[in-house]
Amino acid sequence: MKAIVCVKQVPDTQGKVAVKPDGTMDRAAMATITNPDDLNAVEAALQLKEETGCEVVVVTMGPPPAEGMLRELMARGADRGVLVSGREFGGSDTFATSQILAAAVNKIGVGPEDIVFCGRQAIDGDTAQVGPQIAEKLHMPQVTYVADIKKDGNALTVKRMLEDGYMELKVQTPCLLTCIKELNEPRYMSVSGIFECYDKPLDVFDYNALKDDALIETDTIGLKGSPTNVYKSFAPPVKGAGMMVESVSQLVGMLNDKHLM
Amino acid sequence: MAEYNAMDTAAFKGVWVFCEQREGAIQTISYQLLSEGRKLANDLGVELCGVVMGSEVNETYVKALGGYGADRIYYIDSPLLKDYTTDGYAKVLCDLVEEKKPEIVLIGATNLGRDLGPRCAARLHTGLTADCTHLDVDVEKYKGFLRSTSNIDVDNTNFEENTNLKMTRPAFGGHLMATIICPRFRPQMSTVRPGVMQTQAFDEAGMEKVIIEKITPALTAEDIHVEVLDIKKSARKMVDLIGADVVVSVGRGISSDPQKGIALAEELAGVLGGVVGASRAVTDAGWLAADHQVGQTGKTVHPRIYVALGISGAIQHLAGMQDSETIIAVNKNANAPIFEAATYGITGDLFKVVPELIKEIKAAKAAL
Repeated sequence: MKAIVCVKQVPDTQGKVAVKPDGTMDRAAMATITNPDDLNAVEAALQLKEETGCEVVVVTMGPPPAEGMLRELMARGADRGVLVSGREFGGSDTFATSQILAAAVNKIGVGPEDIVFCGRQAIDGDTAQVGPQIAEKLHMPQVTYVADIKKDGNALTVKRMLEDGYMELKVQTPCLLTCIKELNEPRYMSVSGIFECYDKPLDVFDYNALKDDALIETDTIGLKGSPTNVYKSFAPPVKGAGMMVESVSQLVGMLNDKHLM
Repeated sequence: MAEYNAMDTAAFKGVWVFCEQREGAIQTISYQLLSEGRKLANDLGVELCGVVMGSEVNETYVKALGGYGADRIYYIDSPLLKDYTTDGYAKVLCDLVEEKKPEIVLIGATNLGRDLGPRCAARLHTGLTADCTHLDVDVEKYKGFLRSTSNIDVDNTNFEENTNLKMTRPAFGGHLMATIICPRFRPQMSTVRPGVMQTQAFDEAGMEKVIIEKITPALTAEDIHVEVLDIKKSARKMVDLIGADVVVSVGRGISSDPQKGIALAEELAGVLGGVVGASRAVTDAGWLAADHQVGQTGKTVHPRIYVALGISGAIQHLAGMQDSETIIAVNKNANAPIFEAATYGITGDLFKVVPELIKEIKAAKAAL
C-alpha cells in the first residue's frame, strides 16, 4: 500500500517579493518553501503510514533544486522521492501539469488500496485546479477541501469543508484527496530523519521516463500543450496616494463633514 | 453525435452559467454570474443559458433566473443530483457541453465550483482560469478596463481583434494582474468568486420570456463513486462580509498582540455598524476564521466604508476591497501600498490610533 503525495515548491510570497524589470516575478531571487497545504497532505500520508505501515512517496514537478524540498520531506518521514523534471515540461499550465503528474503517478503505480494526496492549492497560483485535474486523468474519485480522514479497510470516511459547514463523504480507494490546514498539524523534521534523508531513494523522471504514457504528447504538455496562455500581465497604475491626515480628530472631522458616520 | 472536438472553436456558441443550488436554494453567486454573462452574451450576440442541476428544485426559483438575464435554462432534474457530488455533476455538465457546445462556461468559485470546474475542464480538454476578477470579450471594452486599472500604455500597444474571453485575475502570489486567454480550445471556462460581479436589477419581463428546458440526465448510481453521508451546517454564524455596509479589517500589523488587535477592530466595527474582516496573513495564522478573509482568495467586498488596520495592501488584498466607496488605512509604514488605494490614510501604530478613533467617533456621534 502506498500514499503518493504531490507537492510543489513555491516562492515564499510572505517574504520580500522580487520583481524583474519586465514586471514578472523574479523567482530565482526569492526564497522557496514547500507549499503550505502540501505539508498537510504530507502529514496525512505520514499518519497513514503510522496506522498502516504504508509507503509514502513524495512527488514534485520542478527544476533540479526542488530535490532539496523532497529531501526535507523525506527527513519528515517520507520513504522516497520522485522529481519530475525536464525542459519539455516547462511553461505548463494546470491542465498540462496534471497530465505530467498523472503520468508520473501512473509510473509510480497505483494499487487498489493506494491514496493520492495533494494540497488544496498552491500559494503562487491559488487555482486549486491541479488536484482535481490529476484525479480526472487517473480516472479516480476525488474529494477536495479535506479536513478529516477515517480509514476502514478500503473505505474512507472524509470530512469535506463547505463555506458554512461540511459534508461527510464515503469514498473507496484508490482515490485522490486535496488537503487543507484544518486537517492536521504538520510535524517537523526529526534529527534521525535528517541523517537518513540522503540515503533514501530519489528517482528523477524526465521526458524519456514518461513519454510512453498516453498522457504525454507534445501537444498535451509544456507551453505548447497548455490550453491557457497569459495574454497580458500588468501592475496597477501608479495612483496618487490618498489624502494623508495628521490626526485622528482631523479624520473624524472629515468623515463627519461627508456624512459618512 | 459527431465526434466532439474541443479545438473546433467555430462550432461553439453561447454563454453558460452554472447556477449552483444547495438544498434547493439557488446560490446568489448564480445571479452575479448571470448578470456578468448577460454582458458577454450581448457583446457576442449570442444566447445566455443557465444550467441548474438538482432534484425537484422549486420551478419559481428556476424561472426567476430569467429575471437576472438568462434566455434559456437547462434544468437537469434527477434524485441523484439532489446533493453535490463531483462525479454526478461533472458527468452531467460535460455531457451537456459536448452536446450543446457553448463557447463560454462561468462557474462560481465556491468550494463546490472549485471542485467541479477543474474536473470538467480536464475531461473536456480545455482551459480553466480560476478566481477571475474581470471578464471581457470585446477588445475596446478590455482596453477601457486597462486604461483605468493598469500601467499599460493602451494606445501604443497592439491588441489582436478577436472575441476570445479575456480573463483577468491577480497572479504571481497576488503581486501582479494577468489576463489569461484560452484561444485554441472551447469552451473557455472561468470561475469567479462570490461578490466579485454585481447583480443587475431583477427584470420581470426576462422572467416571463425565459425558456426552460427540463432534461432527464443519463446518470445512474454507478456513475457516482462518492457517497454523501451527511451535510452539516456550522454552529457558528458566518460573517456576512459581502452584504456589510462597513468592514473593519485587520492585517499582519496586529501580530504583536492579535487578540487585542481583533478586539479593537470589533469595537471599531461596532461603533461604525460594521463587521470585521481580515487579510490573508491573519486567517492563515488562524487568528480569525477563513470566512473573514477579504481578497482575491477570500471575499470581494464593496462596502460604504472599508477600514484597513495594519494591512500592507498586496494586490491579492486590494483585489477584494479596492472598489469600496471610502477606504481608511492605518499603517505604521508610510510607504505601505495600501495608502495608494486609500481615501484617507493615517501613519501610525494601530494599537494607539484605533482607541483614539473609537473615542472620537463616539464623541462625534453623541454630538449629532
